[in-house]
Amino acid sequence: MTILTLNKTELEKKIGKITPELEDKITQMGTPIEEVNDKTLSVEVFPNRPDLLSLQNFARAVNQFREKSKVAQFKINKPEKDYEVTIEKSVKNIRPYTVCTIVKGLKLTGEKIEDLIDLQEKLHSSIGRKRKKVAIGIYPLDKIKLPIRYTAKIPEEIKFIPLEEKKEMSAKHILKNHPTGKVYGGLLKDFEKYPIFIDANDEILSMPPIINSEKTGRVTNETKEVFIECSGSNLHYVQKCLAIIVATISEMGSKIYAMNIIDKSEKNLQTPQMQSEELKFKIEDIEKTLGIQLTESNVKKFLARMGIGFEKNKSGAVALIPAYRTDILHWIDLAEEIAIAYGYENFEPILPKISTIAYEQPFEKTKQKIAEILSGLGLLETSSFHLSTKKDIKKMHYDFTDFLEVLDSKTKHEVLRIDLLTNALQIISENSDAAYPQKIFEMGTVFKKDEYALGDVPIKETENLSIALIDESITFTDLKQVLDYLFKMLNIKYDLEVMENHNYIPGRVAAIIVNERRIGFIGEIAPRVIKNWKIKMPIVAMEIDLDFLA
Amino acid sequence: MDEKEIIESLSPIEKKVLEVLSQDYKELDEISKESELDKTSILRGVTFLENKALIEKNINKEHNIDLGILGINYLKKDLPERILLNTLSKREFLPIGEIKKACNLNQNESKIALGTLRKKDLIQINEGKLYLDKGSKDISKKMIEELFLEKLPLEKDSLEGDDLQAFKNLQARKEIIEVKEINQIKIRLSENGKKIASQDFSIDLIEQLTPKLLKQNGWKSKRFRRYDVTSPVPRIHGGKKHFVNQSKEYAKSIWLEMGFKEMDGPKVETGFWVFDSLFTAQDHPVREMQDTFFIKGVTGKIPLKGKKKNECVVSQIRKAHEGGLDGSKGWQYEWDEEDAKKVLLRTHTTSLSMRTLQKIKETNEFPAKYFALGKCFRNETVDWSHGFEFNQTEGIVIDENANFRQLLGYLKEFYKKMGYEKIRIRPAYFAYTEPSLEIDVFHPVHKKWLELGGAGMFRPEVTIPIFGKHIPVLAWGQGFDRIITDFYKITDLRELYKNDINKLRETKFWRK
Repeated sequence: MTILTLNKTELEKKIGKITPELEDKITQMGTPIEEVNDKTLSVEVFPNRPDLLSLQNFARAVNQFREKSKVAQFKINKPEKDYEVTIEKSVKNIRPYTVCTIVKGLKLTGEKIEDLIDLQEKLHSSIGRKRKKVAIGIYPLDKIKLPIRYTAKIPEEIKFIPLEEKKEMSAKHILKNHPTGKVYGGLLKDFEKYPIFIDANDEILSMPPIINSEKTGRVTNETKEVFIECSGSNLHYVQKCLAIIVATISEMGSKIYAMNIIDKSEKNLQTPQMQSEELKFKIEDIEKTLGIQLTESNVKKFLARMGIGFEKNKSGAVALIPAYRTDILHWIDLAEEIAIAYGYENFEPILPKISTIAYEQPFEKTKQKIAEILSGLGLLETSSFHLSTKKDIKKMHYDFTDFLEVLDSKTKHEVLRIDLLTNALQIISENSDAAYPQKIFEMGTVFKKDEYALGDVPIKETENLSIALIDESITFTDLKQVLDYLFKMLNIKYDLEVMENHNYIPGRVAAIIVNERRIGFIGEIAPRVIKNWKIKMPIVAMEIDLDFLA
Repeated sequence: MDEKEIIESLSPIEKKVLEVLSQDYKELDEISKESELDKTSILRGVTFLENKALIEKNINKEHNIDLGILGINYLKKDLPERILLNTLSKREFLPIGEIKKACNLNQNESKIALGTLRKKDLIQINEGKLYLDKGSKDISKKMIEELFLEKLPLEKDSLEGDDLQAFKNLQARKEIIEVKEINQIKIRLSENGKKIASQDFSIDLIEQLTPKLLKQNGWKSKRFRRYDVTSPVPRIHGGKKHFVNQSKEYAKSIWLEMGFKEMDGPKVETGFWVFDSLFTAQDHPVREMQDTFFIKGVTGKIPLKGKKKNECVVSQIRKAHEGGLDGSKGWQYEWDEEDAKKVLLRTHTTSLSMRTLQKIKETNEFPAKYFALGKCFRNETVDWSHGFEFNQTEGIVIDENANFRQLLGYLKEFYKKMGYEKIRIRPAYFAYTEPSLEIDVFHPVHKKWLELGGAGMFRPEVTIPIFGKHIPVLAWGQGFDRIITDFYKITDLRELYKNDINKLRETKFWRK
């Protein structure tokens, strides 16, 4: 969840006084208010809207939503001499793309630098997927000499002073010891060569996606002109990222210049590409999806509230999607834009008159009947977790081969349960303060490794039933009566067959057979097991696989 | 009740107790001896007699001092200070560091022994060594604590002199002595009681109607003893379904009433049905191990082949992700089949909806409405508001004419039947629905909004790989535990699966 926290004074300069009505509007725009206080306003920004992650872009969206601002247009100036970045072949199997721009006439007060760095970090962690997909670099233009090369070198040949350091460090050294190197080093360390930006003086500007050079890559209050690059593994997303940054900077009263990207292995580009993208759609499709009537002028108005342009040409309706939007993939996305602009609160719920017949899973019904029969006998149903701890399982099982483990569990619950009896005994062990007799049962899913399982995964899921009776003088007979009654009520014939099981007392345990298949065991729990759980009462228990009823 | 009715309501026990009581207070022991009743029966009788205002009770609290666990031991084997004294008397001195070993005492005991003997001026310490103070005292003389322990049990209020001092000293040490509060109950007849007791209450009343009495018409000429029907009875508890299951059954019944069919399916799934078929990009954070339980060491299968070439769901889903399906831009990356084969515990029941759509495609039977109410899993730490298992109430409506307003209609109807008249919707984002929404219901008692979860309409990138064209599917999957905890007034989610038998016995039935 991304929370955007904005300086209230700065924001109010752009969108006016923040009243409860405006707060409500902001939430209905799709950015729920998290907190408002004297100094800041915090909103949640959904992962599909990285374009809202700066004060400038957010304010523009709010103003458009309230029809106080029009669909955005961006003026991009032609590249000047040497406004050029060459992508060499050596980066193609590492981080193959970069798109760049130059911005002049910036007035970077301390606050705005912070805003930019904050946007940069938020983009890194969201759309940039922790810099894997996209990393952003901003450099003071007066410290570097154009044109620039984006190339890759073996780490031994890369040496520069990284940001926040005083001494020159080697690439390997940065990955191992620099704070940012340690966090993001994993993205480079398996490559033979590491990517770098080099200027015309052969000075290293940065080693993306790790760190800028202290000498050429530090932006200060004094900086008026910057070179910005977005590099990464995916051309579409580096373009989007740059567009979001340009959209933000264009609100800071500066001039934006295009750069020529000379790609030695692919098509050359001129970036940033800020022209809106055309998306054809049919108004009827939107009407049908939302269940409301729309006119062309309505659609135009609603799209404008969302910052999207509208045109009608020979082939029909066309939406003009701003370059900074990453989330409009298909006309269906326009349906939601129009719904938000129309106001979610204005939709009248309706129920269609269609006839469908209800159906309850018969097995689920049977399970409910079993619960009714057993509770009629005074038994209490329990409900426990599907994931057990190894410690508990070891109290009942010697062999772990059939068990399934989950990876990297945040708790001690890391093994899928193979039976319900372990849960039952755990419950008994935790309830020595409740009056005896205790009579409990549970139905639930258990999991076993099974190469021949019918589904898509080599795991067999079965529904089991466990019953346990606990009292000073409880015996096998007490539970056999329960089993007998249960199966009589369900009209099931069964047999008990003498068969030992290590969790039960020898000679006081039997296998339960239905249709010549063993479905489980019934017996008095072995004292060794009872002791393992530190229980002080005799227990008689059973567990059966219910799948024969399914 | 008049006197006659009172007499008719006396149980045999009450009568026996009444017989031995007088206008002077008597102790329980005395009553027991004279009436030949055990104390529990007497106490029960006393309660009933008290309700009828026939007796007066006097409760006197006494504090009895007796040996504690360590006390019993020390009485047998000597107090630590005595052991130290004896050890010391056999040698010239003892270095402080060696007390434990020489006396076979634990750290705490040796500390106490040392402190006690110093206070009593029986020893001297010099340069870390312990010497017996041979001045004047006779070390063989018993200490007051020893004498005190031998005298136990004693009543606290009667203590004086050395005994009181010894009690104070020993009470400061752990588990040597125990003070038990004992209620000394004394009973005598009240004014009313005296009147009743003076009468002949030996009239022959029927205590219990028996088959024999019924057969012989023995009840005809006699009267029944009157019960005190207002007196409390011992508690019993019955068997019942777990409260989570009761509430799930209720929610199920609502979906069934609304004409929905129940879905069922695996809890362990491939990433394909949980994520890929739902247009969740493979680098989406939810697919990382820190959010989802992946199963170690197993790989699943994905439906690689369709009946016709262009019907292969996998290739269509690849196209949806990579871009180009029905003009969609997709996520613009290279979709990896192997990643879709990873096996995991379902993070939502929406995987069941996807499997259902896949089945419906074969019969093409829609409009159709389906629901599921089941467990989902996420890799979470556990606290009062988080758990790694939770229930979701899932639904889909497949209909060529389904629209956003109908989605609101179904949700509103369901929550109305659950007891929440007012709903509120907000924009939301899910990778697989468009438009998406978040639903809150208004709590009629607490007057606040409960946030329940998401809903929306499946995107074409989800429906087209299945049906070959975009058919509107309304879909929702809200958390259900929030509703359960609210109904049962549970503030800690952990209580849902704690299985505290005392609490389960007391938990009310789901009544809605």
